[in-house]
Amino acid sequence: MQVLSNTVTNYLVLASILFAIGVMGVLVRRNIIIIFMSIELMLNAINLLLVAFSVFHNDASGQVFVFFIMAVAAAEITVGLAILVMIYRNTGSVDINSLNKLKW
Amino acid sequence: MLQLAWLIPVLPLIGFLIIGLANKKLNKALVGIVGCGSILGSFLIVLSLLINVLNGSIQSETLTYFNWISAGSIDIKLSFLIDPLSVTMMTIITGVGFLIHLYSAGYMSHDEGFARYFSYLNLFVFSMLILVMGSNFLVLFAGWEGVGLCSYLLIGFWFKNNNYNNAAKKAFIMNRIGDLGFLLGMLLIIVTFGSLEYSAVFEQAQTIFKPGVAQPVLIAITLLLFLGATGKSAQIPLYTWLPDAMAGPTPVSALIHAATMVTAGIYMIVRSNVLFSLAPFTLEVIQIIGLTTALFAATIGLVQNDIKKVLAYSTVSQLGYMFFALGLGAYSTAIFHVGTHAFFKALLFLGAGSVIHAMSGEQDIRSMGGLWKKLPITFATFIIGTVAIAGIPPFAGFFSKDEILAHAYEHSPILWALGVLGALMTTFYMFRLVFLTFFGSFRGTEHQKSHLHESPLIMTIPLMVLAVLSVIGGFVGVPEVLGGSNFLKSFLSPVIVPINQHAGHALSHSTELMLMGISVGAVLLVIAITALVYISKKVVPAPEGSDLSAPHKVLYNKYYIDEIYRTLIVKPLYWLGDIFYKVFEKKIIDNFVNAWGKGIDRGSAGLRFLQNGSISFYMFAMVIGIILILFFNTIIKF
Amino acid sequence: MDQLVFLILSIISIGAALAVIFSKNPVYSVLFLILTFFSIAGHYVLLNAEFLFIVHIIVYAGAILVLFLFVIMLLNLNKTTETGKSMLPKIAGAISGGLLLIVLLGAVKGLNQAEAAQAVNADMGSVKNLGKILFDEYLLPFEVSSTLFLSAMIGAVMLGKKNLKDH
Repeated sequence: MQVLSNTVTNYLVLASILFAIGVMGVLVRRNIIIIFMSIELMLNAINLLLVAFSVFHNDASGQVFVFFIMAVAAAEITVGLAILVMIYRNTGSVDINSLNKLKW
Repeated sequence: MLQLAWLIPVLPLIGFLIIGLANKKLNKALVGIVGCGSILGSFLIVLSLLINVLNGSIQSETLTYFNWISAGSIDIKLSFLIDPLSVTMMTIITGVGFLIHLYSAGYMSHDEGFARYFSYLNLFVFSMLILVMGSNFLVLFAGWEGVGLCSYLLIGFWFKNNNYNNAAKKAFIMNRIGDLGFLLGMLLIIVTFGSLEYSAVFEQAQTIFKPGVAQPVLIAITLLLFLGATGKSAQIPLYTWLPDAMAGPTPVSALIHAATMVTAGIYMIVRSNVLFSLAPFTLEVIQIIGLTTALFAATIGLVQNDIKKVLAYSTVSQLGYMFFALGLGAYSTAIFHVGTHAFFKALLFLGAGSVIHAMSGEQDIRSMGGLWKKLPITFATFIIGTVAIAGIPPFAGFFSKDEILAHAYEHSPILWALGVLGALMTTFYMFRLVFLTFFGSFRGTEHQKSHLHESPLIMTIPLMVLAVLSVIGGFVGVPEVLGGSNFLKSFLSPVIVPINQHAGHALSHSTELMLMGISVGAVLLVIAITALVYISKKVVPAPEGSDLSAPHKVLYNKYYIDEIYRTLIVKPLYWLGDIFYKVFEKKIIDNFVNAWGKGIDRGSAGLRFLQNGSISFYMFAMVIGIILILFFNTIIKF
Repeated sequence: MDQLVFLILSIISIGAALAVIFSKNPVYSVLFLILTFFSIAGHYVLLNAEFLFIVHIIVYAGAILVLFLFVIMLLNLNKTTETGKSMLPKIAGAISGGLLLIVLLGAVKGLNQAEAAQAVNADMGSVKNLGKILFDEYLLPFEVSSTLFLSAMIGAVMLGKKNLKDH
């Protein structure tokens, strides 16, 4: 048993900042790879928060969830990067603005 | 027998369903058997009920079948009321109805719409029975609307002729005006008494309202109900549909527009006699309108040349008499006249139908004449009907009409004199009709002459039966002065609540006998004059288009009432409709609707730019959405 | 001591995260992302989540980021591609990101913080403990996630293939 000196609020603030940075990256950058990375950032912010809550609430389920999120993220990145390769092959660019056919 | 009472209206309904649904599959004989048989079945049940009521084993029974409408404090049941009044009406409806069905089987045998005709006729009898059997105003109203529908369908039976369709529409719309009054009256009854059940309403009316005190609510109710009656029973101002209704087949005119449906208004007023007796003002209105209608229609009848039109105006006039009797507070007398009138007017219409049948559709009496040799049975029965309507003892019309006149005299001799005047006019136009049709020499074409023949037995039997009834029908109400006991009056007395009985003095026997003598003498005199004019001098009404004297012209054109209605009511309504169409429909409603369409079109054209296909824009919109949701959920806690 | 470490790690992760999204060259971004992930792994150590610490390093730093680098190299993307054509979307994006942060922090501020410092079970994040929970309570989701991986693998192979009709 040990006593943590950091409060859960600290983790909340840190996770919020990381998440907001991820969102900002998604919005600001046009390179699809960077956007992917930003998504990973957001996922990690959430993971961190989950672990913090798990520890402070003394419930291991949160950590198991983080494990599953990592699994899903890995699968997502695999497929996402495969799609990215396809896009690059077809359009010759990884600029998100080249994907402007998503309309009626 | 009460257990079978529900079959009375249901049998004609079954007949209607069988004929109506399978009309292509049934041959004419089968249609005739089903159509007449269902009515005969009802008639037999009614007869057994009548016997039970006569010997006193049934007095007043309410048969409740199921809850029809239950809303709030209003609880309306589908229930029938079996009492002397409804049984009397049922006997007339099913009895005369059966005879006319029988007659129709012969009259309509060459018509391609034979099955359709019988299905309508059965539906009519069903509705009419519902009307008289219902134990509350709503059931009555259901039947009321049903007979209106059947009337419409049967007037426009030969729908290929546009004039007939117009006549049907006219009848329907005129009735609609009256029905609105009836409906409002019913609503007012609900508001005032909280129920539509006859027994509850009448009981409450007697406790809430005291006789002799002016009751605006009650006057409004009764006037509205009376408005309904003027529509259905062809009284001023809504009478003009009835002469036009002669467009339908003649048996229909006999059944619906003479014997039964048009008496619905009288039945309704007699049924709610408690309300009317408590509202003397309304009674006076009814009295005036009834008498005016009687005289007014009679004057028009004097100069008409169409055999059915004469009878139609005669019907309006006789209905006026009945309302006159109601207005005098003589309810049982009115019902008495309904009964006798049903016999002789059905007889006259059927006789006229027989004549028209023989004349291959010709209805103008100027083309007839001397038919008595060729149509002996029709002639004999028609004469009986005419004598009965003229009021010569001991035929049916005499007793009922005389009772009305006696009541009129009790109120005032002037009313009596006017009543007698109407009776004299009736005598004149009826005998004019008989003389022009059956006496003298034939004035039609050679072709028509060669075709003249007596109608088949299936048509003459109903004529004979009705003739017998027209002779003896009056004996149910022989007044005391002639040694009778006025059986009908005592029979109906449980239904009629004596309230506010007239202040007039009862007539002494000698006065009554004298009045009878005067009226009968005058009638005989008029017959003699008519015979002089139309038999000895062989006067034939002027052909179409010839110059007529001014009063004659006015009468011949029915006082131009139709034209007046057209100018005063129909044209302004057309004009108003036109304005509503051009201004409200075209400018306001259309523009409003179109504006919505255009607005959505424009709005979506604008919103379309949001769908620009750019993923970064979509993500941006999504983030803004998330921010807003979080903002409202966590910070403002919306 | 803990707080100091937390502060240092937080500064590293935030700075590295900012560097990830603002680097012009994607390769730099990936390298900064590795730094961010290591700092987050440090946070896990701080929280006694030793199992997740290991898994995090292996999955993210070991697998995912190598995949990123691999793709970047494969497609030859290691140069600045984005031309600063218009600033408006960038400004709008930065502002909305900032707004989100403000809203989140506002929401955090509104919470009532009952547990300032709390006794925790140091053994909870151990491999043994989590393994028991994972194969006991969460066995079915665990097996289902293996199916997810299988389908992701098939999907990636299908997508990565050149057009089948060419052969």
